Amino acid sequence: MSFLTIAFALLFYAATAILLAGLAYKIFRFAKTPSPLKIATTPAPVTETGVVLRMFREVVFFESLFRGSKWTWTFGWVFHMGLLVVLIRHLRYVTDPVWGPIALIQPFGVYAGFAMVAGLGGLWARRFLVDRVRYISAPSDHLILILLILIGVSGLTMKFIAHTDVVAVKQFFMGLMTFSWSPLPADFFLVIHLLLVAFLMIIFPYSKLLHAPGVFFSPTRNQVDNPREKRHIAAWARKLEEQ
Amino acid sequence: MAKAKFEIPELQEYLDIPEIEPGTMAHSKPYVAKPVFQIPLGFPGELVDNWQEKALDKMGDLLGKYRSLRVFLDSCVKCGACTDKCHYFLSTKDPKNMPVARQDLLRKVYRRYFTLAGKFFPKLVGAEDLTKEVLDDWYSYFHQCSQCRRCSVFCPYGIDTAEISMAAREIMDSIGVGQKYCNEIIGKVYTIGNNLGLPGRALADTLEGLEEDVYDETGVDVKFPLDQKGADILVVTPSADFFAEPHVDGLIGYAKVFHAAGVSWTLSTTASEAANFGMFIGSYENMRKVSLRVRQAALELGVKRIVFGECGHAWRVAYAFLNTLAGPFDFLDPNYPVPQHILEFTYNEIQKGTLNLDKSVNDDMVLTFHDSCNIARATRMGDKPGGQFEIPRAVIKAVCNNFVDMEPETIHDLTYCCGGGGGLLTDDLMELRVKGAQPRMTALRNVIEEQGVTHMAAICAICKSQFTKVLPYYGMDMDQIVSVHQLVSNAIILTGQRTEGDETE
Repeated sequence: MSFLTIAFALLFYAATAILLAGLAYKIFRFAKTPSPLKIATTPAPVTETGVVLRMFREVVFFESLFRGSKWTWTFGWVFHMGLLVVLIRHLRYVTDPVWGPIALIQPFGVYAGFAMVAGLGGLWARRFLVDRVRYISAPSDHLILILLILIGVSGLTMKFIAHTDVVAVKQFFMGLMTFSWSPLPADFFLVIHLLLVAFLMIIFPYSKLLHAPGVFFSPTRNQVDNPREKRHIAAWARKLEEQ
Repeated sequence: MAKAKFEIPELQEYLDIPEIEPGTMAHSKPYVAKPVFQIPLGFPGELVDNWQEKALDKMGDLLGKYRSLRVFLDSCVKCGACTDKCHYFLSTKDPKNMPVARQDLLRKVYRRYFTLAGKFFPKLVGAEDLTKEVLDDWYSYFHQCSQCRRCSVFCPYGIDTAEISMAAREIMDSIGVGQKYCNEIIGKVYTIGNNLGLPGRALADTLEGLEEDVYDETGVDVKFPLDQKGADILVVTPSADFFAEPHVDGLIGYAKVFHAAGVSWTLSTTASEAANFGMFIGSYENMRKVSLRVRQAALELGVKRIVFGECGHAWRVAYAFLNTLAGPFDFLDPNYPVPQHILEFTYNEIQKGTLNLDKSVNDDMVLTFHDSCNIARATRMGDKPGGQFEIPRAVIKAVCNNFVDMEPETIHDLTYCCGGGGGLLTDDLMELRVKGAQPRMTALRNVIEEQGVTHMAAICAICKSQFTKVLPYYGMDMDQIVSVHQLVSNAIILTGQRTEGDETE
């Protein structure tokens, strides 16, 4: 077993553990922190079903962002949808046999990879071209975009320029899951790609990538507009009433 | 034109998104509260010695109490969708008035002390130590947010800068750096019963005077009852309604509607104020204490219903928070929402046909309507989402023949703040208030020039006071702002009312 294989096996175990534990901890904190007041941005749905629909439109279509900025919406939506298809496409590396629909979308996944990188490029350009966005950008805002772009570009490079042995890659990841390790091909772009992906997994729970779970916990979007009909009170606020 | 020591924005047909100009409003800050205004609210009198430690403790405390704060501080991706949405940024060009940059004043401290990335790599993620300079920035720029929530409409995660600025003000209060305007007023509510410090005797005199005025004008004995036990409806209204113009004309309108509807109602000295500045300073405890007066008044007087008068943030506290803060209201008539808005009441009476209305009385005016930010984006009227836009317009159209809306991107939930909300309606922030009104003034001027609008109706005491003060800076007349119930008052014809022909007695 090569040093590379051992290093990457350990790296991916660690990255997965950090991603899952870190996210679980953050989500637990979000969920445990009470919302003492009804603060839905109105007009807001008056039923639970309405809230589910509002959240669906927000998560799938980025409804609020669409109202806010057409350029950011275009780049952001193209990137996220591209990323989604690419992620689904990558399921073939960790499942055996590969589920039919995942096999079917393989060709689209390649286009999605380009769309993802193009969307990211647009988002990054805004950080230079729009003075307001330039002002609010910290180094980490640029670095996360660079990280994602490099992941996309290294992946596309393996598809179109410097092929890697995808069968061996699949064996490596299947091996990680069954704790019977197989060697990882020592290809430059593969090593870069996986290194960056592991890094992304590690920083996920400690960065602004928390917007992904965060949106579901946003009180302005997930509350039912029924304060007059139903009394809403947090545990710490109820204690004030007992004094 | 009023005199000003600052440049008054020139109104153009379109409001362009400006290039940023750092620091243009760094000098703007309201007077700091003296100990005499801090201590009655439970805050330290002046900046405490170990203020950094105390501020961070308070931040930690709030992070455990408010999911909004925790989620909002963690979730922002700096996408920039909010950057051109704040009326204060659009008019001052100061980048720290962009909602995300305003939030970042707090977020950078949160990151430094409460996140791993900020503890280890502060420069990389834009984390900063809590220094005196940062505190000064907080005081300046968290008092340049009117908590109008316009930014939250466009945020893909629903991040509401109002929540952040409330938390920041609460942290500052907890270390002894309070704002004089808000804290002095909350103190007055505790000691006297209302924001304006109008004692019960003076209130009774004022209401008697209003009864005489209405009698002289109409010949009808319309009552303005105070502390009347056994009345059906307790009316809680902003104290500006008792004498400020055009607010008081609205109050006369409520009284005429109740009279015509034949219901018994009363005002209360205990709750002679609908406003609740506890919200502006982000203090749950103070907001609750102010709200409990309404419960106490309802119990004292034995009323069956509670109706709130025309006021924006007061309706937010009433509609969205009152049940939480001072409920449950199981001792009131379950057939009516608790509380109701005066416009819901009037709208229902119009639907029932109990009001005799002569629209033509308002024919000398062409009206437009200013959606108040808190009503538009934090409350509802009626049963359906959006009733807060439809009901006020339906009432105006029922009493006026000439109504036009301003541009679609400046009304409904996209409405611009008047520039004086969120505890900023004070003379020491006059520059901010005048500039902040620019987006609304632009839209207003357009309908004046293109559609012949003569008056703008509002349903918020703060909006009315702010516009009355600010319109002259833009070359308009302070009388162009009217109360919605003032229009109702004009149009309503009471049974037994003198008509114009009888006026020669």
